[in-house]
Amino acid sequence: MIPLSHFLIVAALLFAISVAGMFINRKNVLILLMCIEMMLLSVNLNFVAFSHYLGDMAGQVFVFFILTVAAAEAAIGLAILVVLFRNRRTINVQELDAMKG
Amino acid sequence: MVNIAIATPEIFLLSTICLILLIDLVLKDTDRMVTYLLSQVALLATALLVFSSMGSEKITGLNDMYVRDDLGGVLKVSILLLTAGVFVYARKYLRDKKLWRGEFFLLALFAVLGMMVMASANNLLVVYLGLELLALSMYALVAFNRDDGRSTEAAMKYFVLGAVASGLLLYGFSMLYGLSGKLDIAGVAAYISAQNVMQNLPLLFALVFVVAGISFKFGAVPFHMWVPDVYQGAPTAVTLFLGSVPKVAALAMLLRVLAESLGVANPAWAQMLLVFGLLSVFLGNIVAIAQFNLKRMLAYSTIAHMGFILLGSLSGSTEGYSAALFYTITYAMMAAGGFAILILLGKEGVEAETLDDIKGLNERSPWYAFIMMLLLFSMAGIPPTVGFYAKLSIIQAVMQAGYLWPAIIMVVMSVIGAFYYLRAIKMMYFDKPDNAEPITAEADFNILLGVNGVLMLVLGLFPGTLMGICSAAMVASQL
Repeated sequence: MIPLSHFLIVAALLFAISVAGMFINRKNVLILLMCIEMMLLSVNLNFVAFSHYLGDMAGQVFVFFILTVAAAEAAIGLAILVVLFRNRRTINVQELDAMKG
Repeated sequence: MVNIAIATPEIFLLSTICLILLIDLVLKDTDRMVTYLLSQVALLATALLVFSSMGSEKITGLNDMYVRDDLGGVLKVSILLLTAGVFVYARKYLRDKKLWRGEFFLLALFAVLGMMVMASANNLLVVYLGLELLALSMYALVAFNRDDGRSTEAAMKYFVLGAVASGLLLYGFSMLYGLSGKLDIAGVAAYISAQNVMQNLPLLFALVFVVAGISFKFGAVPFHMWVPDVYQGAPTAVTLFLGSVPKVAALAMLLRVLAESLGVANPAWAQMLLVFGLLSVFLGNIVAIAQFNLKRMLAYSTIAHMGFILLGSLSGSTEGYSAALFYTITYAMMAAGGFAILILLGKEGVEAETLDDIKGLNERSPWYAFIMMLLLFSMAGIPPTVGFYAKLSIIQAVMQAGYLWPAIIMVVMSVIGAFYYLRAIKMMYFDKPDNAEPITAEADFNILLGVNGVLMLVLGLFPGTLMGICSAAMVASQL
């Protein structure tokens, strides 16, 4: 049987990769959205692993809620992205600098 | 135990929102006033429902997911009444800027519902769901003026950073769940009280993520990057909403998660709040001095005020929590009034947002200038306005908890911060206006603004009632 720590390490790695992806990525807003999605999925992995090893269903229920909310979040994020592109003709992260101070 | 009755106000609000959504669909563009009036009725009726259920014992229900207590009651009533005020202010702006659409009110009502859920959450899952309902509505609201590049850019930034904050918070929740095997507030609290917090590394690891997520919602340094851009980019009516009401909800989340469920771990998270709070007070006040854009200036001032609220909460005592609640409610009023003046100064198609726009306000309208002066005095914390008393009670709580140096830094930074408030007052009273057009507003706007300004004075002179309500709510919830 795979020990719990293996799952936790994979989830932590995924989480770290998604955070790093946001900071390293200087080009495309779409990649930011993918990173956000991956971050939520790494949390899901955590919940499922804990839920399985604790023998408690609450964690898996939480995962369903996170998945649902993530879908709603992606819908709003993409909607904002479309509007942004229509206004600015670009989704380059570095060009989103209309406001400074 | 299933006890649906404890969620009556939320269920009522949800059904009313759905009804308004349907009615708004069939309304003609000229009849949007109906949506507005229905929204106000929904808010006030819900406030009445919450109010009538206050004063009773703390009850949990919906399988222990939900709680009804006086703390939640105070938070919800203030959220609902503040939102009703925000709607009055927002109406003028939406009309002037040709944004007079029902979606504003509906999205704001959904955000209010999310905040109410947060204020009554008794389970980490419910905290998360309330938070997301609030956040998703706010993202859409910030992008409300969809033909404006700045508005959509602000929405994008808010969305990305907000989603990261939710991710951090969730990661912390998942660790807490793994450690304690429980998701309900009491279960986590029971686990924590059996632990030696400072020695338990996984618990500290989880705490870092939870505190980071909460600080982001407050907009405290170092999670403040979104605040100035979102305040500036969002339509002023949305900034007005965003800058006032959700702060109460953020405090609700802090009280439910950090105080109620992780209360025993106070020594661990108090240090993080201390650092975040002091950095916010410092950076907010210093950077605000360099701002020419009034909305940005108020954004940095918000960061400084949020620092005060975090510092008030860190003591972990009843006095500290009630001081933080008092500060949050009064700050939300100040911020609403301040942005309402900005709405007044705007004209059709033109946003008022720089310091130039308030030049010579006294010549254009002495009454509005006087109200703005009261609001700015209150933000600066000058007696006899309520801002002074709010800051005083926070600093008292911080000192009682044994943090002398932080208290001194808070006082010094408040004095430095007073500079940019006084500069704005100087521009209102001693500079010549760029245009001398008189300022007009409808009667309800004027009355509410007058009440808002005068409340700063009245609450400052007689803070006892509101403070009594705040501390009674804390005592009732054993915080």
